[in-house]
Amino acid sequence: MKGNTASRLKKVLSAGHLAVTSECGPPRGSDPEVITKKANLIKDHVDAVNITDNQTSVTRMCSLAACIRLKLLGLDPVLQMVTRDRNRIAIQSDILGAASYDISNILCLSGDHQSFGDCAQGQNVHDLDSMQLIQTVRHMRDDGKFLGGDEIKRPPQMFVGAAANPFADPFEIRVPRLAKKIKAGAEFIQTQCIYNLDKFEEWMKLTRDRGLHEQVYILAGMTPMKSAGMAKYMKNRVPGMDVPDELVKRLSDTPKEKQAEEGIKICIEDIQRLKEVKGVSGFHVMAIEWEEMVPEIVEKSGLYPRPEV
Amino acid sequence: MIVADKKPIEEIIEELGAHEKILILGCNECVTVCEAGGKKEVGILASALRMYFLNQERDVKIDEETLQRQCDHEYLEEIRDKVDQYDAIVSIACGVGVQFTAEKYFSTPVYPGVNTCFMGATEERGLWTERCQGCGQCILARTGGICPVSRCAKRVLNGPCGGSSDGKCEINKEVICAWQLIVERLKALDRFDDYEELSPLKDWSTDRAGGPRKVVREDVQP
Repeated sequence: MKGNTASRLKKVLSAGHLAVTSECGPPRGSDPEVITKKANLIKDHVDAVNITDNQTSVTRMCSLAACIRLKLLGLDPVLQMVTRDRNRIAIQSDILGAASYDISNILCLSGDHQSFGDCAQGQNVHDLDSMQLIQTVRHMRDDGKFLGGDEIKRPPQMFVGAAANPFADPFEIRVPRLAKKIKAGAEFIQTQCIYNLDKFEEWMKLTRDRGLHEQVYILAGMTPMKSAGMAKYMKNRVPGMDVPDELVKRLSDTPKEKQAEEGIKICIEDIQRLKEVKGVSGFHVMAIEWEEMVPEIVEKSGLYPRPEV
Repeated sequence: MIVADKKPIEEIIEELGAHEKILILGCNECVTVCEAGGKKEVGILASALRMYFLNQERDVKIDEETLQRQCDHEYLEEIRDKVDQYDAIVSIACGVGVQFTAEKYFSTPVYPGVNTCFMGATEERGLWTERCQGCGQCILARTGGICPVSRCAKRVLNGPCGGSSDGKCEINKEVICAWQLIVERLKALDRFDDYEELSPLKDWSTDRAGGPRKVVREDVQP
């Protein structure tokens, strides 16, 4: 994994530690305190913080501005960038803007379809797809050039990440697809939320069989369930999500006022189990609008304190 | 073929405003096949408009005509002698026909009577689905004969995205994931290994992005 970046996330991973990342969703407004408050809740318990990019296609404060705020606070942000809203000019331009603040991690995504959000009648761009976005960042960084071929003065130094969904269909291409993302230049992977641990372990085995775990750092995506209702919603309504019946039952069988606590407990148990899986390099804890629980999850999973690098 | 769908009659009536001599102009090609703008639909629209104007106690003349094609000079010329009899034309050909008619008969208002939707195929009677967006740089050889540009909601060239579930697209459970089809077809063709080939960045300059396009063929020009 070459490339010279000041990414704290990369340093933690290359030193062989299990990394911990989390994410913050920017507000639906311009109040800067929202993002800094969320970040302050988790900053001592994670190595890097993803900032989502208009997730579920609902218009929010831009990821780049929120990342700059975190960077100025001394945190290591991961700029999430979707190809839905930008053509290749805007993509390269935003990457340079991020690089001007030495934002040193990027997560390359295609983005949810706009029909899920508040601008269902809008156009989508998809000039590039997520793989081509990975290629673009690597080209800008490694070759120091724009897509058009001109030289970039002070090229971006970014640790390049991608998402993987071990549960989306067709399952047989999930590992070839990971291989393809690595071929495109992905250096770290943050997975979709994992609830079906058996299936994830099967995916990891297939990943190891091809030696892919040695070519990319895989961070397992963990999202604690707040309630049985959330588990049912995730199971039935969120595309590409695999929530086993036993999990829904365990939460449904828990008294309502104890369900959130049980959700956190399950999340910690899952992290404990996945820590032992060869090829898992860390955890991406996405506590959706529940950032205050991240410290407890990280501590009780034995991932605290975070290493000094 | 080019697939079109009928416009609501209320919209056509609004387009027509105070016109009193109207020609409904159909086309014998694509829009006939997709039952939106052929001779039969010209008749149906004309009858509906006549009834409407009768109810309004307005004396409006509605005539019918269906050409072999509205996208060729040759056929459009057939109405030259009578165009002056009308103060408006409603073309129920595709958007190409509407525009070509308007270009030719420059001082006569030409209104669209259908919404032109896409280039597609007849899956069964009454069901037409999209197959091509005319991007000008066909990649079907690489994708097992299934087009991700027209059939993937994100036109992902290295798919599927994470939203593919049970072979269906995240936007709607009735939409088949194009990349599911591509993977299945590559397997059927014994080309599954090709899946791991990265599709390069697409040159969209031959697409809509490059501005109005044209094809020049000197070999067939007179």
